[in-house]
Amino acid sequence: MALTGIQILKLLPKTNCGECKFPTCLAFAMALAAGKTELDLCPHVSADAKAQLSDASAPPIRQVSIGVDDYGVKIGGETVLFRHEKTFFNKPGIAVLITDAMDDGEVERRLTALEHFQYERVGVTMKPEMAAIKFTGNKDRFMGLVKSALVRPCAVILMCGEAPVMKEALDIVRDKKPLIYGATPDNYEAFGALAKDYGVPLAVVGRGFDEVAALTEKLTAMGLKDLVIDTSTREVRGAFTDQVAIRRAALITKFKPLGFPTITFPCEMTDDPMKETLIASLFVAKYAGIIVLSDLTGETLFPLLLQRLNIYTDPQRPMTTKEGIYPINNPDDNSPVLVTCNFSLTYFIVSGEIENSRVPSWLCIMDTEGLSVMTAWAAGKFVGDLVGSFIKKSGVEEKVKHRSLIIPGYAAAILGDLEEELQGWKIMIGPREAAHLPAYLKTWNS
Amino acid sequence: MAFEIPKIKYTGKIREVQLGTGAKAVRIGGANCYPFHRFEGDMPNVPRVAFEVWDSSPEEWQQWAIEPYGDVLSDPVAWARKCVDTYGAEMIVLQLRSADPNGENKGVEEVVEVVKKVADAIDVPLLVWGTANDEKDGELLRRVAEACEGRNVAVGPVSDKNYKQIGAMAIGYSQVVMASSPIDVNLAKQLNILLGNLGVNEEKVVIDPTTGGLGYGLEYTYSVMERDRMAALTQEDAKLQFPIICNLAPEVWKTRETRLTKDEDPKLGDEKRRSILMEAVTAMTLLVAGADIVVMRHPDSVSLVRDMIGELCA
Repeated sequence: MALTGIQILKLLPKTNCGECKFPTCLAFAMALAAGKTELDLCPHVSADAKAQLSDASAPPIRQVSIGVDDYGVKIGGETVLFRHEKTFFNKPGIAVLITDAMDDGEVERRLTALEHFQYERVGVTMKPEMAAIKFTGNKDRFMGLVKSALVRPCAVILMCGEAPVMKEALDIVRDKKPLIYGATPDNYEAFGALAKDYGVPLAVVGRGFDEVAALTEKLTAMGLKDLVIDTSTREVRGAFTDQVAIRRAALITKFKPLGFPTITFPCEMTDDPMKETLIASLFVAKYAGIIVLSDLTGETLFPLLLQRLNIYTDPQRPMTTKEGIYPINNPDDNSPVLVTCNFSLTYFIVSGEIENSRVPSWLCIMDTEGLSVMTAWAAGKFVGDLVGSFIKKSGVEEKVKHRSLIIPGYAAAILGDLEEELQGWKIMIGPREAAHLPAYLKTWNS
Repeated sequence: MAFEIPKIKYTGKIREVQLGTGAKAVRIGGANCYPFHRFEGDMPNVPRVAFEVWDSSPEEWQQWAIEPYGDVLSDPVAWARKCVDTYGAEMIVLQLRSADPNGENKGVEEVVEVVKKVADAIDVPLLVWGTANDEKDGELLRRVAEACEGRNVAVGPVSDKNYKQIGAMAIGYSQVVMASSPIDVNLAKQLNILLGNLGVNEEKVVIDPTTGGLGYGLEYTYSVMERDRMAALTQEDAKLQFPIICNLAPEVWKTRETRLTKDEDPKLGDEKRRSILMEAVTAMTLLVAGADIVVMRHPDSVSLVRDMIGELCA
């Protein structure tokens, strides 16, 4: 049973000492109620209150950090089943598989691919974050791989079932805070001890969620908190069902033994890299914490990263594009000038259509706080005097010789005010739908 | 301890809608659980892929999208036949591009002639997709409904501006309507209420939520569909208990990222495989959100998606 912020506050010292990094006990209590922080951050809470609170205050799905600093990956910590109910917080980490059976060239290619395949979009860098290094029997090579991964800009997953080998690998790479994979019913005591000694997160590998839950209970009893779970299901339907079951168990029934992020292996579910991408996309939508891929190529990775960006976009906050002038198709001083809002989707669609038209153009993006044209207009953020003063200070007057401005068809109502504000400019009303821009631009004449 | 999957209490069910007639007719909808959640409900009809066919020769398609169709692209009848005969299409969506007032703007009768020819040439269900221009579609789709009498075709997109015109003819000729609203649960519901008031049979409605492609608003469509399904299945919202169609092919294939070649942007990788995956990932994502029909272009994307549907419904 979840407690409210006020119920939690009653159990806190109410000294507002600030040592938890929250300004007041109330703020801390509210964050606890929302599952966004941990009770351990309060050094003054009484043991009695702690016992009462510990159940209620822990987030239903543990947030686990793998790796450190810039290459740290946070997974789990989710609070909803559907993104529209709030948002998904931590996008699944995408890992590439590297094994000790691969030759040097192949290993190097994969490690380089991790750094190479990065894409900028709406001010965000989309990239794969992790190397999953797997022991298949050749210990010397495995240690070599671990050493080469140590200096790379990525988080590391160590995959090996033998505790002594894992210990040796951890001695090399412990500072990178790798995820170790994994604890099974046969070795969990040794792996639990390793994870504890080295302070690293631990993957728990069972056959089905019953076995996983039994294992996490034992490991939790050993004092381990940062667990990641794998139910070992490697066929599509069963794996999908497991992901749904685990998320629901954690959120609906608050079943603690499954309140952890998951790790999935599309790389072990098919030999076809195209199909592997589709399986991975299923796990992006439904609840994976980590997705391990067999390889990274631009054509398979890019669509997946884009989908992950879409699904993990906060639906409560519109994505925005930076205000400014965007040249499309190499425009010159005779090219048309268009203005629109900075809602990212608008920017993508409008710039895409201009690009399709092949007509060189200047696209002016005005900051409307992420509102679309009609909403921005209705909210008074895309109106004649604001658009006019934006155009004047944008510097577009130095880019073109003509003085013609195309406004979105849906903002036709601002025409009069805009003409007044932009003396000497001819205001043209463009199409309502971006899809009609190519036809419009092809016949455009200043 | 034995663990039971926490079940969602479903109180509603998606209506079943039949498209087409005879042996190749297809039934969609009927689910009483979230998409592919078969551990707690039934999906009596698997989601389907529809192949798109354009009524006029596409001018701006990528070489790798043209490849599978070759010279049939200038002949909608041959194109539709090729989809059925070669690629095993279970339904055809005929996109009436030539009628677009912002394009070729062909006259209604000229366009309807082609629709009739395509309808005569195939035995699988036909769905006819207009121009999304309310006025033109009002004229055009009502004639389509009339001309395809007896075939149980689907016509759309039907909006709150032209539902009366198209809806009345759809009732008269017993066709299915694809009710289109701009990515909004309440507007979708409202249009379905209007269609109901007009007298459109509840077994004759499919929802078009408006589809955004991967990287271009996919997440909006995704969440609106999840909300539609939640309302339909758990909140007894009868006016949302209809199958959903996503006309995704044109949205995906017009984007920059399906046009750039590997030479132009090496990091994006092989253009053909990338475009195919962009289409397939869009379809997969929408299927997980609740699509009953996904409209697709490339036969290789279709194969990938069918394979996944097969596995999820195994």
